[in-house]
Amino acid sequence: MITTDILIIGAGPTGLFTVFEAGLLKLRCHLIDALPQPGGQCSEIYPKKPIYDIPAYPEILAGDLTDKLMEQIKQFEPGFTLGQRAETIEKQADETFIVTTNKGTKHHAKIVAIAGGLGSFEPRKPLIDNIADFEDNGVEYIIRDPELYRNKKVVISGGGDSALDWAIFLTNIASEVTLIHRRNEFRGALDSVEKVQELKNLGKINLITPAEVVGIIGKEKLTGVVIEKESEGKFMLDADHFIPLFGLSPKLGPIANWGLEIEKNAIKVNNALDYQTNIPGIYAIGDVNTYPGKLKLILCGFHEATLMCQSAYQRIFPNKKYVMKYTTVGGVDGFDGTRKEAPKAVIKSID
Amino acid sequence: MQDIQLKITDRNGVTHEVIAPTDMAMNLMEVTRSYELAEEGTIGICGGMAMCASCQCYVISDHDLPPKSDEEEAMLAEAFYVKDNSRLGCQIQMTPELDGLEVELAPEA
Repeated sequence: MITTDILIIGAGPTGLFTVFEAGLLKLRCHLIDALPQPGGQCSEIYPKKPIYDIPAYPEILAGDLTDKLMEQIKQFEPGFTLGQRAETIEKQADETFIVTTNKGTKHHAKIVAIAGGLGSFEPRKPLIDNIADFEDNGVEYIIRDPELYRNKKVVISGGGDSALDWAIFLTNIASEVTLIHRRNEFRGALDSVEKVQELKNLGKINLITPAEVVGIIGKEKLTGVVIEKESEGKFMLDADHFIPLFGLSPKLGPIANWGLEIEKNAIKVNNALDYQTNIPGIYAIGDVNTYPGKLKLILCGFHEATLMCQSAYQRIFPNKKYVMKYTTVGGVDGFDGTRKEAPKAVIKSID
Repeated sequence: MQDIQLKITDRNGVTHEVIAPTDMAMNLMEVTRSYELAEEGTIGICGGMAMCASCQCYVISDHDLPPKSDEEEAMLAEAFYVKDNSRLGCQIQMTPELDGLEVELAPEA
């Protein structure tokens, strides 16, 4: 069991900044995210795109914002449960919470802060009638262990970076790699496209474009796919694995069943005070919450995280007196023993 | 700047006649959201970067739309339920020429 003060669900910018504000109050944080890396949308959808409304950054790439936040919170030693989705929540008799992920990892926390953005990212599944029958029996939407594909015939479909990168990577492991895309053009990084071209010329990648996988063949396990190619019509291809890589789309998912008040796919919170939900001890901050006048902006998420942490502190320590201190005055004491502080002014007399 | 009239058919098949400003740098996805014609969180997920296809729509009227950018073409090549008249709403800017535009929102995917 992982124990922490504040369990943050969602490791996007709002969730990451919460670690900083909590750390100033000497509260420890642990984050759960369905994606394998921190950063949320900023890392998953648009890491190379600029953002212009982060205060004091006239321009910053979304991926760089994630890196900077990770650097800013480092000394507060946040824990991470990545690649897992928060599934259930149980309120304990002592008003604490146990949150369990889809993989069974249990987290015990005094406070839960849902910073889930638009929800957890789930793979977009192609519209093939019987595809569900073959999930984990030859169809995988996410590559977890490349060894699964050793000496196997693999068909990948998609036209983005993940399709290109995995096609390249698996040429060293699989016996046969076929890449299928609806167009001749790929939207991945230029060097990945060039690498695929090179591997195609060497006969290591079987490239079929413009084409689409329209059917799956097999009894219990997948044994082949039906491909429809623009000029040639439908044909069959033997395969052991079919990996559709069409990106991820966010779904609110199991959080919707936690007894929280939901409106327009977002969690209603008390914006007059502390962004707490209808369940005391559970807060919702950033894009996942809603209140009159809500704006889904990163900078608003930062503000919400800050107020939420003050409220969390009072909930954990109802009898402790505390007033907010500027970091310039108080410095930043990390849980790792480091201290950042403003240099002392030199006082010198003038003769 | 003038306002224009649009007909947007939502995902339940209901057609809405709406008025859109042409001086607010709005695109079709944003107009659809401003009238709440699709559930929040199911449209404009990437915010309008042509990176998610959640605002895909079918253009019914025969308006002369600006051509698709490479990014829009590439995204539509990975989207589902794509037809010949598919466009991404976030890439269609509201201009006076689009008065009378008729579109239908593609299913959620």
